[in-house]
Amino acid sequence: MIKPDVYHSLGLSDEEYKNILRILKREPTPTELAMFSVEWSEHCGYLCSRKWLKLLPKTGKYKTLIGEDSGGIIIDDLAIVFKMESHNHPSQVEPKQGAATGVGGIIRDIFTAGARPIALLDSLRFGPLSQAYNRYLLAGVVDGIQFYGNCVGVPTVGGEIYFDESYSGNCLVNAMCIGIAKKNELSQARAFGIGNSIMYVGSSTGRDGIGGCSILASNEFKEGEEKRPTVQIGDPFTEKCLIEATLEAINTGYVVGIKDMGAAGLTCCTSEMASAGNSGMDVEIQAVPRREENMEPWEVMMSESQERMLVCVKNGKERQVREIFLKWGLNASVIGHVTDDGLVTIRDNGKVVASIKAHSLTKAPIYDMPSAKPKRLKELNKLRLGRIPKPADYNEVLLKLLRAPSIANKAWVYEQYDHMVQTNTVVLPGSDAAVIRLKGTNKAIAATTDCNSRYCFLNPYRGAEIAVAEAARNLVCSGGRPAAVTDCLNFGNPEKPESFWYFKNCVEGIRDACKSFKVAVVSGNVSFYNESPKSAINPTPAIGMIGILNDANKACSQNFKQDGDVIILLGRCGEELGASEYLKEIHHLTRGDAPKLDLKLEKAVQDTTLEAIEKGLVNSAHDCSEGGLAVALAECCISNEANMVGAVINNLNYDIREDALLFGESQSRIILSCNSRSVKEIDKIAKRNKAPYRIIGLTGGIEFRILSGKKELINLRLENLSKEWRGSLPAK
Amino acid sequence: MKFGVVVFPGSNCDQDCFYVVKDVLKKPVKYVWHKDANLSGLDCVILPGGFSYGDYLRTGAVARFSPVMKHIADFAGKGGTVIGICNGFQILLEAGLLPGVMLRNRGLHFICKHVYVKTDNNRTRFTSLCNAGQILKIPIAHNEGNYYIDPAGLEELRDNEQVVFRYCSARGEISDRYNPNGALDNIAGIINKKGNVLGIMPHPERSSEDSLGSRDGHLIFKSMVNWLETKRL
Repeated sequence: MIKPDVYHSLGLSDEEYKNILRILKREPTPTELAMFSVEWSEHCGYLCSRKWLKLLPKTGKYKTLIGEDSGGIIIDDLAIVFKMESHNHPSQVEPKQGAATGVGGIIRDIFTAGARPIALLDSLRFGPLSQAYNRYLLAGVVDGIQFYGNCVGVPTVGGEIYFDESYSGNCLVNAMCIGIAKKNELSQARAFGIGNSIMYVGSSTGRDGIGGCSILASNEFKEGEEKRPTVQIGDPFTEKCLIEATLEAINTGYVVGIKDMGAAGLTCCTSEMASAGNSGMDVEIQAVPRREENMEPWEVMMSESQERMLVCVKNGKERQVREIFLKWGLNASVIGHVTDDGLVTIRDNGKVVASIKAHSLTKAPIYDMPSAKPKRLKELNKLRLGRIPKPADYNEVLLKLLRAPSIANKAWVYEQYDHMVQTNTVVLPGSDAAVIRLKGTNKAIAATTDCNSRYCFLNPYRGAEIAVAEAARNLVCSGGRPAAVTDCLNFGNPEKPESFWYFKNCVEGIRDACKSFKVAVVSGNVSFYNESPKSAINPTPAIGMIGILNDANKACSQNFKQDGDVIILLGRCGEELGASEYLKEIHHLTRGDAPKLDLKLEKAVQDTTLEAIEKGLVNSAHDCSEGGLAVALAECCISNEANMVGAVINNLNYDIREDALLFGESQSRIILSCNSRSVKEIDKIAKRNKAPYRIIGLTGGIEFRILSGKKELINLRLENLSKEWRGSLPAK
Repeated sequence: MKFGVVVFPGSNCDQDCFYVVKDVLKKPVKYVWHKDANLSGLDCVILPGGFSYGDYLRTGAVARFSPVMKHIADFAGKGGTVIGICNGFQILLEAGLLPGVMLRNRGLHFICKHVYVKTDNNRTRFTSLCNAGQILKIPIAHNEGNYYIDPAGLEELRDNEQVVFRYCSARGEISDRYNPNGALDNIAGIINKKGNVLGIMPHPERSSEDSLGSRDGHLIFKSMVNWLETKRL
């Protein structure tokens, strides 16, 4: 008789346990109980979120591919496969290995689809760097990403890092990987064809990471908990060999299906591959290569040891496939075969230790969670501008904002990542979106991740819409046409109605914005239970978006290129200070509403920018985001350290408060610079697209100045700006 | 004329080097698996960057025992042209085909960025198309690029004009400020006494096309092709 505290400790509720009894019509064996507990964990089974995820659009302007473990789009004869995934809790516990294995896991999701990984991005969130543990986390996570990504030879080309008190005690590490394949060479995560072999390849199995997904990823952190043994250890060298061997094996045509043993390890692979192939599977776990002695069957089934995969191989072709993996120094053992009974049968020395219908493991219950708008929001959304004192010295404010870690230059981070390997990175990190050329074509991919979680905290629906709009805007500034989305939805405990309300609203925001841009959400991941003893994190629906450049040579970057160029602002500056970085850094307020978003205006601004870039009229393009117009212009001046270019801005709309004009975060604004000869043409394009357009100044000089009539709002030397912006990270 | 790109388990710039030879230089090239003994028909061997054997013991320390290394030593002994880039350089040091050792970068971080190097010796088969003292913009990407050799060894390198590239500013100033990793004397690349084996930390294959922000690395490959075709500097 299994006692409640046993299944409770595995994360199963009384109701779920009753359900298991009903399915099996008997008591589960210890191995079966373990298998249900991981497959029905929130992390694997999406119990709370599945109902809402169905809302997200699966089609867009490009033909989509939705696979078991990743998704993508088709461009000509190429498939571009990508996905973003979280590794938050492991990183909070052990930042280097947590982040490293997050990178390793997302890369495996891509190459098991048959695609060669060509780029990585990371969306990171930490608490303030004034706290020592947060500094340790930042250093550790960056170290883990460089340790893994550099060795496997996949360039880390972009991402974002933000700092906010809500992440103290629960950092976020979301890793995104992009891969490419010939569209007819993709593989699936399925097992079918009676008699075909089930082969285990890659590293051997140990006790590391047991219960990682059910215990670590599906609970919130409590005070004083020791969870280090549930974090896995990464081996990027093995992963690199696994990439080459897997792509070589898929190329033989002998691979029926293949899947990464990620969260829930062998349990997940056996049940999900059988279920997706409408088959059964008979597996002998004594054949699983091991690195530890005396492992119990349930431990083998639960282990999250890294760099392992399960492959369904055509009957009779096992030797050929095995030889490829052996050549790369990897294990490759046949551990079972495909059956037609629909059962996942696990044997230990021939004795059956688990026998469960594959479908019942993979069809975790769906819950309809209650939701409620947090009461304090109504008060927090109020912002009386009259009570916000106007700063006396805008220069000081600008310098302080440039120093703020969320805005400061991130070269200290991305220079630790190999962002050039594979020789495709034509726009390097540090611009609005990285651009990666596709060798053998004229095309390139732009890629970015975005989310302002303060907006989402104060207005989840609009915050999520803005995350999508800003991601698209960043791609456009690099010359990319927004093409498709992956999302990584980071929220608090879904059993708390207020957390769930945030989740629901963000999903709706993503849905509506994606529909408006006609981009599909092709893959994604949900991470709940991001809470520390103090509070839940800000809702953080990180958006990973890719865009297409038809001509890689037209790629655009954010920095001003030369003296004497005309500076154009597309879009409107509103009197909006709510939720801004300025309010937080200068007035220590997280209040007001997220900025307004008019998707029609957004589209007009983006279309104008794209057309101007594609016609070769533009020398630089940069969007206005955190820190507003003044910060964006300063970045245009100083972001190329080897060639900084000054600017004089003297023609803004001065009807609004000066601090709102300089630092407000009105959406849908892009700064262009161009040769004076191109102005007329850009003007025409803007009029045709109905995008608000204004010439605001000229580039040149060794200073950055903003004038209002004769009054100087900003006047700072470039080297001074650069020193502040570049000197903030790393935090000492 | 034919190039060979050696592939160790963990090499990750092998495909980049292959691409530059095939698609930019438009010369014949093949991969050489580290267990293959056959270098026949090759005129130039490239040891690419990456993390051979994960660099787990010490960079290049395991790769030097790969079967192919004995054949590369023979090939170099007979005057064959060998270039080791980044991890390839580290392997050449471990194998004793070049003098000195690589330490961890002095900042203890991996560094990936464009740097400038000055061509100290343009009378080599790797630099003959560079002007004397020409400044090249080429990216680095490494954790262990902090070159070291004892004082007598450094003296010998200098006497024999074996120092080929040194880190410098965009204008060619050589000082500690423009030394990204702490390398002794700002050394970025050296050749053996015979002049047929080059080790270089920066990645010329990453700077051989305009779209990648610099074509300066192309000069090194072109010099090699020029030498292989004419056998003259």
